[in-house]
Amino acid sequence: MEKINVSMKVNGKDENLNVEPRTLLVHALREHLEYTGAHIGCSSSHCGACTVDLNGKSVKSCTIFAPQAEGAEILTVEGIGTPDKLHVIQEMFKEHHGLQCGYCTPGMIMRSYRFLQENPNPTEEEVRFGISGNLCRCTGYQNIVKSIMAAAKKINEEAKVEEKEIA
Amino acid sequence: MIPSAFKFYKPNSIEKAVSIMKDFGDEARVIAGGHSLIPVMKQRLTDIKHLIDLSAIKELKGINISGKSISIGAMTTQVELITNENLFKSAPVIREASLQIADPQVRNLGTIGGNVANGDPANDMPGLMQLLDATYKLSGTNGVREVKAREFYEAAYFTAREDDEILISISFDAPIGGYAYEKQKRKIGDYATAAAGVILNVDKGVCSSASIALTNLSDTPVYCYEAVGLLTGKKIDDNLLSQVTKSCVEQSDPVADQRGPVEFKKYVAGVVINKALKRAFERS
Ligand SMILES: Cc1cc2nc3c(=O)[nH]c(=O)nc-3n(C[C@H](O)[C@H](O)[C@H](O)COP(=O)(O)OP(=O)(O)OC[C@H]3O[C@@H](n4cnc5c(N)ncnc54)[C@H](O)[C@@H]3O)c2cc1C
Ligand code: FES
Ligand code: FES
Repeated sequence: MEKINVSMKVNGKDENLNVEPRTLLVHALREHLEYTGAHIGCSSSHCGACTVDLNGKSVKSCTIFAPQAEGAEILTVEGIGTPDKLHVIQEMFKEHHGLQCGYCTPGMIMRSYRFLQENPNPTEEEVRFGISGNLCRCTGYQNIVKSIMAAAKKINEEAKVEEKEIA
Repeated sequence: MIPSAFKFYKPNSIEKAVSIMKDFGDEARVIAGGHSLIPVMKQRLTDIKHLIDLSAIKELKGINISGKSISIGAMTTQVELITNENLFKSAPVIREASLQIADPQVRNLGTIGGNVANGDPANDMPGLMQLLDATYKLSGTNGVREVKAREFYEAAYFTAREDDEILISISFDAPIGGYAYEKQKRKIGDYATAAAGVILNVDKGVCSSASIALTNLSDTPVYCYEAVGLLTGKKIDDNLLSQVTKSCVEQSDPVADQRGPVEFKKYVAGVVINKALKRAFERS
């Protein structure tokens, strides 16, 4: 089948792809652009391991065709932190044992990243509802929820310090 | 899981989309949020050669409220339905029901139009739209026409929509009275084992008008005309609500599947209907 051009911005960089229209966004990211952060857990829209940020919203990249993302701004886990400079959420997952095998983790982190912007002061129940599209087979969720609560606290504290410094 | 190959179109007007549908008949299909369609394409349960993305058509977007008339564009996402404060003020039952659909990521892309046009008896919005007595506006080769939500569903995946028609918008009057959408599911992200929507308008303890619709309890949504008849004009008490619940359950016709045998589903139906009636009454 004919290939088509798709352009999008991924982790701040402009990208041009020539793909078959049936290419799923997750495959475009992993195989064409080599952002292997987004994982494929189920490929049936249930597990959330493939979660990325698309124009400021969390989406399951296994359930969107690459051409549907034409012109979009996409953020994957590679775009929020590096091994040398982890994002606060990644740090907190590390500190609070928010992962075991790590398979669900990029999806969990990307969902938490967006969720904490939607709701910077969540209750534990809101965190659980907020990440209800992401499954984890290892942790039993307790430590994931702890990590996200800790990240919320830390982000808010840092924001306060910044405010003071400016004042 | 990779779907079979297709050609991709992204028209910027309803007319262009309709003309592609006319050219290719049942080989063409529109895609809205893709969260019902892509899963079935991946399983290759459907063979689509021409896929038409509706996301560039501006007329299909947005929520318009003027006085008591509400009109919602087909491409409005579930998360937009949830977060729109004016819609919540006019028809709070929509937020209550939408929050029980799927999960945050799915609601970011899933649209009201896709949900009601899909024809899957497990979708929640067809029942919700019957509850609100909504009207669907369709546009096709033969022009624009309207169909009532209560007359739209024929059987599972069969609706009154013609192959070359696109659902443009959904309109209804802001409901008055107490409301509730109650759903039993095995986990978040699962479709309903049974769900019920109720609207109750009560004046001095007497029901002046009512509406009741059920989800996933037959091969189409079930609108409970008889139960509505039983309620209207009566003084509401627990006894009447039990009778009404019984009448609704009698109208349901669930099939056995992974969510349970028929008897169980009817039992669950009774529980959710009764809960929805009571909550709507408390809020009336
Ligand atoms: C994990 C998961 C859980 C879910 N749980 C629920 C749930 O609990 N309750 C629920 O109701 N839904 C649920 N859904 C389905 C979800 O709400 C879908 O988004 C919705 O059913 C379809 O909307 P869509 O915009 O994604 O449509 P699409 O998938 O794009 O389209 C669905 C069908 O409708 C047709 N269509 C779409 N738009 C139009 C239009 N404007 N005119 C004519 N035809 C059109 C398409 O051709 C297709 O046949 C779930 C989905 C997933 C993946
Ligand atoms: S791989 Fe996308 S939801 Fe599981
Ligand atoms: S850490 Fe293994 S699946 Fe979540």
